[in-house]
Amino acid sequence: MAFKGAIVVDTEKCKGCGVCVVNCPTQTIALSKKVNGKGYPFAYMENPDKCTGCGNCAIVCPDTVITVYKVKI
Amino acid sequence: MDSNEIIKPENLVYQKSKVLTDTVMHYCPGCSHGVVHKLLAEVIDEMDIQDKTIGISPVGCAVFAYKYLDIDWQQAAHGRAPALATATKRLYPDKYVFAYQGDGDLASIGTAEIIHACNRGENIVVIFLNNAIYGMTGGQMAPTTLLNMKTSTTPYGRKAELNGYPLKITELVAQLEGTCYVTRQAVENPANVRKAKRAIRKAFENSAQKKGTSFVEIVAACNSNWKMPPVEANTWMEDNMFPFYPLGDIKDR
Amino acid sequence: MAEKLLKKGNEAIALAAIRYGADGYFGYPITPQSEVMETLMEEMPWETTGMVVLQAESETSSINMLYGGACCGKKVMTSSSSPGISLMCEGISYMAGAELPCLLVNVIRGGPGLGTIQPAQGDYFQAVKGGGHGDYKIIVLAPASVQEMYDFVGIGFELAFKYRIPTMILSDGAIGQMMEKVELRDPVKRLTDQEIAEKYGHWATVGKPANRKGNIISSLSLAASEMEAINLRLQEKYRTIEKNEIRFEKTMCDDAEYLLVAFGSSSRICEGTVEIAREKGIRLGLLRPITLFPYPTPVIQEMLPQLKGIMSVELNSGQMVEDVRLAVNGAVPVAFYGRMGGSIFSPEEVFNAFTEKFNL
Repeated sequence: MAFKGAIVVDTEKCKGCGVCVVNCPTQTIALSKKVNGKGYPFAYMENPDKCTGCGNCAIVCPDTVITVYKVKI
Repeated sequence: MDSNEIIKPENLVYQKSKVLTDTVMHYCPGCSHGVVHKLLAEVIDEMDIQDKTIGISPVGCAVFAYKYLDIDWQQAAHGRAPALATATKRLYPDKYVFAYQGDGDLASIGTAEIIHACNRGENIVVIFLNNAIYGMTGGQMAPTTLLNMKTSTTPYGRKAELNGYPLKITELVAQLEGTCYVTRQAVENPANVRKAKRAIRKAFENSAQKKGTSFVEIVAACNSNWKMPPVEANTWMEDNMFPFYPLGDIKDR
Repeated sequence: MAEKLLKKGNEAIALAAIRYGADGYFGYPITPQSEVMETLMEEMPWETTGMVVLQAESETSSINMLYGGACCGKKVMTSSSSPGISLMCEGISYMAGAELPCLLVNVIRGGPGLGTIQPAQGDYFQAVKGGGHGDYKIIVLAPASVQEMYDFVGIGFELAFKYRIPTMILSDGAIGQMMEKVELRDPVKRLTDQEIAEKYGHWATVGKPANRKGNIISSLSLAASEMEAINLRLQEKYRTIEKNEIRFEKTMCDDAEYLLVAFGSSSRICEGTVEIAREKGIRLGLLRPITLFPYPTPVIQEMLPQLKGIMSVELNSGQMVEDVRLAVNGAVPVAFYGRMGGSIFSPEEVFNAFTEKFNL
């Protein structure tokens, strides 16, 4: 059974701490080169095809800015 | 498959708990407080006790915890949260009462209050966030600061002859008859976050079963005052804090 | 037929606490008031009314237990004596700032420092002018008898909840220890949790129901404008209390040319002084403030036209006399007589001081 996932990041609330980036098992996430209204580089799916919807990013996020979706494929 | 095809309500697997408010947290990027607040909110949500829980916030960075969880809160004087929790739980024995404290609040000015609340075995949950430094006031030494660690009041590193030793308050508290569950957790990676959440859940369940005091220490990082980026601070914590403050259950009755 | 017993002042406080439906007592032993908690423990009210009685590890802890209990909308109280009250001052400031109701009892002993265990009135400034930090007031009731020790517990809780303010019974070692007849009034039931939620659920931490946001009890406010608004609201509350809650007792004041002002034990002694003066044909009266905050300033001011002199009589270095001087504002001479360190004057001693100061 395999999953494909996707995350939605609340980019205005993200503080660019990078903890989700290093805890993503598939290296899906990176910090954007753009910054949000507070000046933080926000997290985003750099490699969306790699996302399995495991939710690790969401649970380590200190600001709970990530919502996770997944489908069985 | 395009991400947009996946992002649909029926495919939702994780979202923010309704117990967390929409207020942006004032904590620094990467601060462990945010994760612990999240776990508390999820436990309260999953146990369906939002209308029965009273939280007590400390003096320290988490003084504003009351802005982030939608429950009734009491903001306590520095170190005194266990005293407030004692009265609240004794007066409302059927409510869930937790004291949320940092290392200055609990292990410095509040040593008497925590020892005695635990000694009495109050049926409360104590969340002890230990990042070995005073965050809110600008990075001074804490009782739990490691030897040789640099802080604003130990600019050349903590020395035992001058400032004594890092205080393992958790081990002290575990020796008291009144504590039923004493554990040390962390929240820097997903596996630890899941374990920490289970520990917090167990603590809340213990309090309902009137087993005594549950004490959950979260070994945490303060990247701002440790003067490192968040990810590096987590690694430093794993390399330096975990050996001295080892994770795991110290007591579980 | 109401029950009348012979009791110590301290014991009366304990019996009143139970009978006025107090929810919790959290305290620490200190002479000369340990009988309050000892009596509570002997009475075991947790078995009858469900009242919580807990010996805390310190006064610091006690006042913070009160803070938590008060946040819950519960009737909570403590008792201590001077050095213990000093430890509680931080917590009292917090409770005043967070607008929490509670009952405090200070059975004053001689000070400063560890002092003595004998009675004194040296904590007037601490109670009335604010022993803790910041611009706040607490309501202060000064009993002068064992019956008042009992009755003021009920009045104290009433005022505390009416205004959401800490209220203090300012007693002393003499009244705490002396034995007099006390009538036990009709008991008042403790409020149920449901009743508390109905009456105080809009502000208290009772567990957040679905139809409101969480209640946050805090004295913290980092924005200056917000903090000022809170302070202005507190000041308005204090003005309202000053207008509505002054309590006092007059003895032989109608035709008085000279006035003694004294509270608590001192007032009992001054009653003797008034008798001595009257026997000698001097028209001396006694004003006994019962509320020290709010101070009976208008009562003094009303009497000024008939007076030639006022003497404040206290067991301290001269504390309440400052409030007398403020009220009098230079209209007539104000004198002071006092003893300190736990030493107590006699009615004759006060009379001699009075005649000396006013050349009579």
